[in-house]
Formats: sequence, C-alpha cells, structure tokens
Amino acid sequence: MSETSAWVIFIAAIFTNNILLTNFLGMCSFIACSGQIKTSLGLGTAVIFVMIMTTMINYVVYHFVLVPLSLIHLQFIVFIAVIAAFVQLVEMFVERFSPKLYFALGIFLPLITVNCAILGASLFMIIRNYSFIQSVGFGLGAGIGWAVAIVLLAGLRQKMTYSHVPKPFQGVAIAMIVTGVLAMAFMGFAGMVAIQ
Amino acid sequence: MADSQQLACGPCASQGLCGGKGLLTLKEGAWANNPLAIQMLGICSALAVTNRLENSLVMGGALIFVCVGSNLLVSLLRKVTPHRIRMIAEVAIIATFVILFDQFLKAFYWDMSKQLGPYVGLIITNCIVMGRAEAFALQNPPMLSIVDGIANGVGYAVVLGIIGFFRELLGAGEILGREIPGFSSWYTPNQLMILAPGAFFALGIVIGIFNAIKGPEPEENK
Repeated sequence: MSETSAWVIFIAAIFTNNILLTNFLGMCSFIACSGQIKTSLGLGTAVIFVMIMTTMINYVVYHFVLVPLSLIHLQFIVFIAVIAAFVQLVEMFVERFSPKLYFALGIFLPLITVNCAILGASLFMIIRNYSFIQSVGFGLGAGIGWAVAIVLLAGLRQKMTYSHVPKPFQGVAIAMIVTGVLAMAFMGFAGMVAIQ
Repeated sequence: MADSQQLACGPCASQGLCGGKGLLTLKEGAWANNPLAIQMLGICSALAVTNRLENSLVMGGALIFVCVGSNLLVSLLRKVTPHRIRMIAEVAIIATFVILFDQFLKAFYWDMSKQLGPYVGLIITNCIVMGRAEAFALQNPPMLSIVDGIANGVGYAVVLGIIGFFRELLGAGEILGREIPGFSSWYTPNQLMILAPGAFFALGIVIGIFNAIKGPEPEENK
C-alpha cells in the first residue's frame, strides 16, 4: 500500500503521469475526436465524470466482492461490465432528467465504454494498491489529465490546418508527432511529484 | 452501441468489408488494411509496450491469440447470437481469451506479466479485436474468420515489432537486451526513444512511411 496522499496522486495524474501522454491510454478516441476544440471539450468532460465514478465503483467491487470470493482473475470482465453498465445508466439518466446536458454530452457517452483510459485507470488502481481516497484522487486526476491533453491537441490541430504538411504525413501521422512534442512538454513536469 | 463502436474508432468504420477468400483476406489484413498503420486501431498498446523488442513480440503474440480465438468463437456463434446483444457477447468472448492469456503469462512468465502491467488487460478494449469480430467474424464462416484473425494479428504484431526494434535500438543501443557488436560500443543511447515522446514520434513516422509506400489515396482526414 503506497503512502502517498490523495492530493499528490491527483496532481501527479494530471501532470507527471498523464494517462494519455505517458501511459498512452485512450488513444483511439484521442485521435478520432481531436478535430475541434468544442468536440474534444465535450468528450473530455464526459470522460472525467465516467472515470471518477467507475474507479470508485470498481474499487468497491474489487475489494468487497472479487477479493472475498477469490475471483480476482475475473477482474477484466467484471470491470468492463461495470463500465458498460454504468455508462448505459448515466446515458438513460441524463436523457430523462436533463435533455440539455444530454445533447451536450449524449453522443460522447457511448464512446466512453470503449475508451481504454477508463479501463486502464481501474487496472492501474488495482496494480498500484491504492486506498479508496487515493483511487478517487487518481480517477479525478487521470480524467482531468486526459481532458487537458485532448483539448490541447484539438487546439493544435485546428491551427495546423494552415500549415503545409508533407502528403504522407497528413492526418494521423502528424497528429502523432505533435502529440510527441506535447508529451515532451509534459515531461518538463517530471520531478515535481512522483507516483508509482 | 454499434454506432458508438464505429465512432470511437473513426477510421475503422470507413473501411469496406472484404468478402474475399483466404489469401485475399490474409493480404488485406496484414498489409493493405493493416490495422495499426492504416486503420489506426489499437494505438494505445502499440505505443505503451514497444519500448523493448521483447515486450512488443509478446504483445503481438497475445493479440494474435486473442484475435484468432475470439474471431473463431464469434463466428461459430454468429447464427445463434441475437443481434441486440451481440456487442456484449463479443466483449465477453474477447475478455475470456484475454483472461486466459493473462493467466498463462502470470503462471509461466511472471516478469513479463509485471512489465506489461495493465496492457494485457487492455487488449479487451483494443479496437482491433472488437473491430474484426464485429466487421468480419459476424458475417463469415469460422475458417475464414481464423485466417482473418491471423492476418490482422500478424499485421499488428509486425508493426509492433518494427517500432519496438527501432525504439530499443536507438533508445538503449541493444536488441532483445543484448549488445550488438560494432554498434553498442560507440552509440550513445538516446533515452528519449524509450520514454513516451519517442513512442509518438516512432509511430507517427511509421504511419507516414506506410502512407508513402501505399501511394496516394484519398486519405480520410478530420
């Protein structure tokens, strides 16, 4: 059990251990949905919300259901089921009670089930032996970190439409290289706080 | 849910389904429609595990295994799976194979399992496996689906191997943890290639090269 405080984990998950730029999770939607700032902002918000909720639920499920029943080897399938069910639930809930929010977030919610960052956050939480409070800090930080990264890339890609990129590198290839530069910039935060 | 899958992996939806025979399927999956370099699927794991060639190869093997297994099972069950719940059925099948592989690694290659960390589990959300099950295995007989699984798995593994090779070579000056005579002695390892940014640069360049070799084609942007 690590002794780091939840606050440190929170900060570290955003900057030094950004889930996207250092752990490469959630790349699919990161590349597909980073065309415009507005879209990426919506997706980012949805990810933050779902990530913090699912890390909490998965923590409870893992430590109070799977461990006592010694069913740890089923963790993958249970986690993914929890995530899928939760996303479905949120979607129905939001649609029923806040149509406005549904139109803002609605289309992004189903995408999140297949976002590996969500499952990844749950798995990291288990591997790193976080306590419940630490998991909350980690879930929130990882979500915010992911959102920050995708909004940054969307901004860069919007500007990039004006530049002359060599033909084969247009599209995803250059987005990847730009992300590399972004990751380098985030490496500047290394040493600020550290978690492992 | 069907829409979500396609949206999530934007580019994968745009590829037409190929109803061809074995060899065509193989070529399609491994080269022309390479899941990683052309369709941009499964990027997450491709970046994360390629810091050493060994990890890349194990990951490639894992994906071939999961892809073949899930394709076969999905294909066998395609007539009895109700359309509405096919997604969750596919996820359950894929997760089963991933768990099998994970347990195998834990039992026989503990160090490797530690190194790959959560990325073995993340094969579940790897869009390649899901995409092939959804796009190919649901419509095709078992034998052809196995071939498709092999083709896509190999296509993925090859690109992973290429990236892993160069990242380890440039980042550590070694291959498979061994020094290379005549190279390691004078080469100063560039740590950056092992770290996160190197992964992005390497994949970006590989994708660019693939595009260049494939020649001009209406590239799908945005």
